[in-house]
Amino acid sequence: MKKPLTFKLPKGQCWTIGVPYFWLLLFFVLPFVIVLKISLSTAAISIPPYDSLVSYADESLNILLNLGNYLLVFDDSLYLYAYLGSLKMACITTIGCLLIGYPMAYAIARAPKEKQTLLILLVMLPSWTSFLIRVYAWMGILSNNGVINNVLMWLGVISEPIQMLNTNFAVYIGIIYTYLPFMILPLYATLSQLDVSLLEAASDLGSRSLNTFWKVTLPLSKGGVIAGSMLVFIPVVGEFVIPELLGGPDSLMIGKVLWQEFFNNRDWPVASALAIVMLGLLIIPITLFHRYQSRSMEKDA
Amino acid sequence: MSNRLTKMSFSTIMLWAGMFFLYVPMFILVFYSFNESKLVTVWGGFSPKWYGELFRDQQILDAVWTSLRVAFFASTMAVILGTMAAFVMTRFKRSWGKMTLSNMITAPLVMPEVITGLSLLLLFVHMADLFGWPAERGMLTVWIAHSTFCSAYVAVVVSARLRELDRSIEEAAQDLGATPLKTFFYITVPMITPSLLAGWLLSFSLSLDDLVIASFASGPGATTLPMVVFSSVRMGVSPKINALATLIILTVSLIAFISWYFARRSDKKSLVPAM
Repeated sequence: MKKPLTFKLPKGQCWTIGVPYFWLLLFFVLPFVIVLKISLSTAAISIPPYDSLVSYADESLNILLNLGNYLLVFDDSLYLYAYLGSLKMACITTIGCLLIGYPMAYAIARAPKEKQTLLILLVMLPSWTSFLIRVYAWMGILSNNGVINNVLMWLGVISEPIQMLNTNFAVYIGIIYTYLPFMILPLYATLSQLDVSLLEAASDLGSRSLNTFWKVTLPLSKGGVIAGSMLVFIPVVGEFVIPELLGGPDSLMIGKVLWQEFFNNRDWPVASALAIVMLGLLIIPITLFHRYQSRSMEKDA
Repeated sequence: MSNRLTKMSFSTIMLWAGMFFLYVPMFILVFYSFNESKLVTVWGGFSPKWYGELFRDQQILDAVWTSLRVAFFASTMAVILGTMAAFVMTRFKRSWGKMTLSNMITAPLVMPEVITGLSLLLLFVHMADLFGWPAERGMLTVWIAHSTFCSAYVAVVVSARLRELDRSIEEAAQDLGATPLKTFFYITVPMITPSLLAGWLLSFSLSLDDLVIASFASGPGATTLPMVVFSSVRMGVSPKINALATLIILTVSLIAFISWYFARRSDKKSLVPAM
C-alpha cells in the first residue's frame, strides 16, 4: 500500500508544513545534537564551563573528542546505581499504575455513556492542578508529624512515628499517585472502543468471565496497555522532583543525579553524557510509544 | 452471570478506591490551609490568615504574574504550531516532510523533562555564544521551551478532532472556489474550535505547572511560580503553600467543570477525553 513519497508540495502546503517543521528542528532536534557535542567536550572553569571541540592553532585544525565523560559514567558505581535505581523505580511504579489503573479504566468504560465523560474528568482533574502541589500533599501526609502518623498514634497503634517521608516507599507512593491518570486515559480510550458483542459471544460460547478477560479483553486492549505503560515508564526514569522531595539519601535516581551534576557541580559535560546514556536506555520504550502514537494519529477515520 | 457481576463489582470497587486515593490528599491539603497553627499538620483552630499572608508575599505574586504571562503566550504559540502539525498529519498526502514532522511532533510527549530542559539550555547558551541572542535567559527562553513541548499535546488533541471531521464540507467549499486558506479559517476552524480551546487550556495548565524545563531554560530574569514553590517546599511544609494549593485546585476545578458543562451542552463529543 505504500505510495511513492512526494517531495514537491503546493506553496500553501509548504508553509503549513514548514513552520512547525523549522521550529521543531531548531528547538527540539538541534538541542540534542548540541548535548551530544557537549558530552564529548572537556569540563573547564570558564563561562560556559566546557572547552570547545574544535580549535584552530598553528595552521592546524584540532578536533578533540573527549570520551572521558562516558568512561566516568560507566566506571563510577554511583551513576550505575542511579540508572539501576531509576529503572527499578520505573518498573515497579508502572506495574503499580497498571494494576490500579486497569480496573479503574475498565469500570469507566463499562459505565453508562453519559457518566463516562464525568468520570474521566474526575480522573484527569488532579493532573491539571499542579504536579508540584500533588507531591507536596504527600509530604504533609507521610512526614513524622504528618496525618498518617498522627492518626496512628492517636489510635494507639504505634507509640513512635514511623519514618515514611524520605524513604523509597514515599517515592513509590508519590510516583504512582501523580502518574496514575496518564495510565488510565489511554487504557480508557482503547477499552471504550472495545466491541461488547465479542465479550457476549465469548460468554455465549461458555467462556467464564476470567477466561474471557485473559483471552479477549486483555489482548484487545494491548495498545492501551503499551501506551499507558510507556507514558508512565519513560518520564519516571528521568524523574527529578519526586525523589528530591519525597525520597531520602538512598533513593538514588538518575534524574536527580543529572540535576546535581548540572546545577550543583556545574559539570555540564558529565550531565550531557548522563543525558545521552539515559536516552540510549529509553530508546526502545520511546520507539514503542511512538509507533503506537503515530499509528493512532495518522489512522484515517 | 453471577461471575460477571462479581467482576463488574470488583472493577467498580477499584474505581471508587482509586478515586479515594486520588482525592483524599487534595482534601487534606485544602483542610490544613485553614489551620491557625504554623505547623501544617497540627490542628490549631480555623483561620483564613494564611490566605492573607499569601497575598502579601510579593515574591509569590510576581511569580504568579510571570507564570501567567508565559503560559498565555506559550499556549497561544503551541496552538498555532500544534494545529498546523495536526493539519499536516491528517490532511496531507504521505510525503517525506510529513513523516519526519509526525516523528518530531510526538517525541516531546514522552521525553524525560531533565533531558528536554538540559538540551534547550545548551542550545540557548550556544546561540548566545554564536549570535549574541538570546543575550539573557528569561521569559523569552521559557516561552520558547514551553511552546515546543505544549505543541505536541495540542497536535494530539486537534488531530483527534480533525480526523473525525466530515471532510465533505471542506471539499464542498473548495469545489465552490474557496482557497485552501479561506476554507481552513471559515470552515475548518469553526468546527474544531472546542478542541483548539481544549488544547489551549491543556497547554496553559502544562506551562503553569512546569518546574524542570523552566528551571533549565530560565535565567535570573524570570522566576516562575513552580520555581518559587519548589524552593519553599524544599525547606519543608508551609501553610502558605497549602493556601496557594487550595486556590489552584479551586480555579482548575471550576474551569474544568465549566468547560465540561458547555461541552456537554454544545457538543456531545466533548473536550474531555482528548487528554
